[in-house]
Amino acid sequence: MTNPSTTGASHSKQDMTHRLGAWLKHHQRVSGESLGTLLGSGLSSLMTWLVIGIALALPAILLVTLNNLGTLSGSWDGNPKINLFLDKHLQESAAGVFSRELRDWPEVKAVTLIRADDALAEFQALSGLGDALLALEDNPLPAVILLEPVNPAEASLRLMVKRLEARPEVASVSVDLAWVARLHAMLNLGERMVISVSMFLGLGVLLIIGNTIRLAIENRRTEIEVIKLVGGTDAFVRRPFLYLGFWYGLGGALIAWLLMLVSLAWLEAPVQKLAGTYGTGFSLIGLDWEQTLGFLLLGALLGVAGAWLAVGRHLRQIEP
Amino acid sequence: MIRFDQVSKRYESGNEALAGVNFELDTGEMAFLTGHSGAGKSTLLKLILMMERPSRGQVFVSGVNLNRLGRRHIPGVRREIGTVFQNHQLLFDRRVYDNVALPLTIAGYHPKEVSRRVRAALSKVGLADKEKQFPLALSGGEQQRVGIARAVVNRPSILLADEPTGNLDPALSAEIMRLFHDFNQVGVTVLIATHDLDLVQRMGLRQLILKEGRIQPDD
Repeated sequence: MTNPSTTGASHSKQDMTHRLGAWLKHHQRVSGESLGTLLGSGLSSLMTWLVIGIALALPAILLVTLNNLGTLSGSWDGNPKINLFLDKHLQESAAGVFSRELRDWPEVKAVTLIRADDALAEFQALSGLGDALLALEDNPLPAVILLEPVNPAEASLRLMVKRLEARPEVASVSVDLAWVARLHAMLNLGERMVISVSMFLGLGVLLIIGNTIRLAIENRRTEIEVIKLVGGTDAFVRRPFLYLGFWYGLGGALIAWLLMLVSLAWLEAPVQKLAGTYGTGFSLIGLDWEQTLGFLLLGALLGVAGAWLAVGRHLRQIEP
Repeated sequence: MIRFDQVSKRYESGNEALAGVNFELDTGEMAFLTGHSGAGKSTLLKLILMMERPSRGQVFVSGVNLNRLGRRHIPGVRREIGTVFQNHQLLFDRRVYDNVALPLTIAGYHPKEVSRRVRAALSKVGLADKEKQFPLALSGGEQQRVGIARAVVNRPSILLADEPTGNLDPALSAEIMRLFHDFNQVGVTVLIATHDLDLVQRMGLRQLILKEGRIQPDD
């Protein structure tokens, strides 16, 4: 076996490209056969696919929900705004002078003045109260100045708020910092929870696939023995099972993705309705094609990993 | 080609199958391994195929001491040896063609080359028209010949057979033996374990007789 002259026309005489071609053809054939086996066994593999799909769909839907909440809070991200409600009796010209003065403050990045009339018009348009507001004798809304600070750090914000509150033009100051911070903290917490749930479910998927592959190995015990008898390497024996795991994982991820699409579509209408009452055109965002590809790949990887675990454990026990 | 040097094999059950076996089979030689059932014929073949490891002593195949080879070298050893098993060891859910092609697929041959060699091997054993059949549709003798085709398809330098004529009638047995003889004529080293003494006598070839775990001295 070490002397090529005694081995006849062994594969050492084939050139590399020829061997690579044969190897690729073999992979193509094995992966096709594995998929064929799965599709051939109909209901039982469909059940496995569904189990994997549901286990993967849950964390995926949670992650997408979190993502959406994240974009919702995105408009406040990093740059908290300060709302100055001006004194109701302040003249419009005085409000203009004040806003121009603020513009010159070094710690202020942007200033937007919303006059009382504009505020009312906007409120009429968005609140849906419409004509009811026309019945009011005079405008109940004060003029508002929106300030965007240069430095969003909490300490400097507090300092600025104190300075603003001291001004006679200002009736009250509100900073949306606190609730943005709270929302971010909640999103962080949610993310952690989703990640831990995902890990458990991922582990579950790994075990489901591992167990399914273990059964497949048991079913093909004689075949494995014969392959080993005629000189099959461990890699050769392992290959069809790894492909089996790959297809289980990929199929499961595909089902999970479909489940996610369906549930997002189902949520879309109520979300639109809810967003409408807030006067925004918010719409749910699913996965883009890159994320979809990544998700499917992750499923396939989980499948291969589960198969690898099962094969590593059980294949050595089968010796002719 | 095959050399046993003081080889003993004691199973965990305490049963000593081989007790100091010595023999050498030259390249291109053909011999029969005989002895009553349980004399250790199968154990001896399993040691050559590394299905078992000797308790003591050394087995050499093509000059390589098998004791020195680790687990990952086993496939390489088996690829150089064509083996015909007593119970055929065919895959019943695969067609005759795929059964015979298995050693070539494993060795990484290109499908075209595989097809050429499989057809040659099948026509050599007279089953050229059965390649699309499943093994269960074949008779016992035909199944045995599929096993032989699979054993020789990779053109091994050594051919082992364990009771290849076990359940066959005398005419079929003689035919199978003639096949082995043909392979031997083209330079393959052949070792056949059998208890069919009539046949052995008729062939008039070297006999390795196993008795009480040892090879009896040549006459």
